[in-house]
Amino acid sequence: MGVDNINIRGMNGSDLKKGFLDGVPIALGYWPVAMAYGLLAKSVGLNFFECTAMSVMVFAGASQFMALNFIASGVGMGEIAAAVFLVNLRHFLMSLSLSPKMLTRHLGIRALLSFGITDETFAVASVKEKYLSSSYMAALELISYSSWVLGSAAGYAAGAFLTETLKESMGIALYAMFIGLFVPLSKKSRKVFFIGVLAGLLNGILGLFISRGWAVIAAAVLAALMVPGTGEGEENYDG
Amino acid sequence: MMDKYLLFLIMGLVTYIPRALPFIVLPGAKMPPFVKRFLGNIPFAVLGALIFPGVLYSAGEVSFGIIGGLVSVLMAFFELNLVLVVAGSICAVYFAKLLLL
Repeated sequence: MGVDNINIRGMNGSDLKKGFLDGVPIALGYWPVAMAYGLLAKSVGLNFFECTAMSVMVFAGASQFMALNFIASGVGMGEIAAAVFLVNLRHFLMSLSLSPKMLTRHLGIRALLSFGITDETFAVASVKEKYLSSSYMAALELISYSSWVLGSAAGYAAGAFLTETLKESMGIALYAMFIGLFVPLSKKSRKVFFIGVLAGLLNGILGLFISRGWAVIAAAVLAALMVPGTGEGEENYDG
Repeated sequence: MMDKYLLFLIMGLVTYIPRALPFIVLPGAKMPPFVKRFLGNIPFAVLGALIFPGVLYSAGEVSFGIIGGLVSVLMAFFELNLVLVVAGSICAVYFAKLLLL
């Protein structure tokens, strides 16, 4: 999207459509994960509404699985909250990186749209678009959120329809999406390739010593600091 | 027995606050060039850290994670549509499991 055809008001039908289309692979990837969450919620003893309510209110995969384990083993509310906070702190970094690209200055809209920042919506939005209109973000987040919430409910309701082989196979979905975003960018820029590979290796090493949530944050920050700018999209950050 | 809905609300809040802070505090903020460069690098660094090593453990045994990852890389290299990359990788892992297990 060029600077000249930005819609400053951020409401735009074609952006809405683009957001939905870019969200399809996320929705596709979320569905099986959400179903697995729903299945686990049932096995841990949550009722249908509790299972769905957690997805509605939290919208963060890894921490919801973690919470189920904690609930099952009787861990207290304060400890669960602290653990969830730490696991999801990485979204701060993602939000920090997306924020300058958001066209709208409307605080209410920004507050609303920030709810939908996940690993996946962040990855797609930051790679596919130079500037983010409210319509684009809203559509991208809404289709992803819907898949997550409906998938959770469906997983609870459907029970064990899926075979173990199929469930395991679908685990590759979100990683395939991340790879599908990363590889074409790496072809265009050696620096992008280098930053990504460096972050992956650092994450692998750090993951041996610290928890997954912290490892991702530390690896991304270190890799981003160690490599001089890609030059790509730097003009976006004029606030 | 604790109130689960209260727990979910608290979980939602502690998840939402880090997501919302930069969005609400930052509009209009001027950043020095090195911060801009750093933030410009973040998407690619986060992508790398999200892919590796998680992909290895994503589909049961590590060998299937590797198969799925390689198929994704191949399809992504030819810049196929993202939906195709996702669907194709699931199929590849599924058939690999049927053949090899």
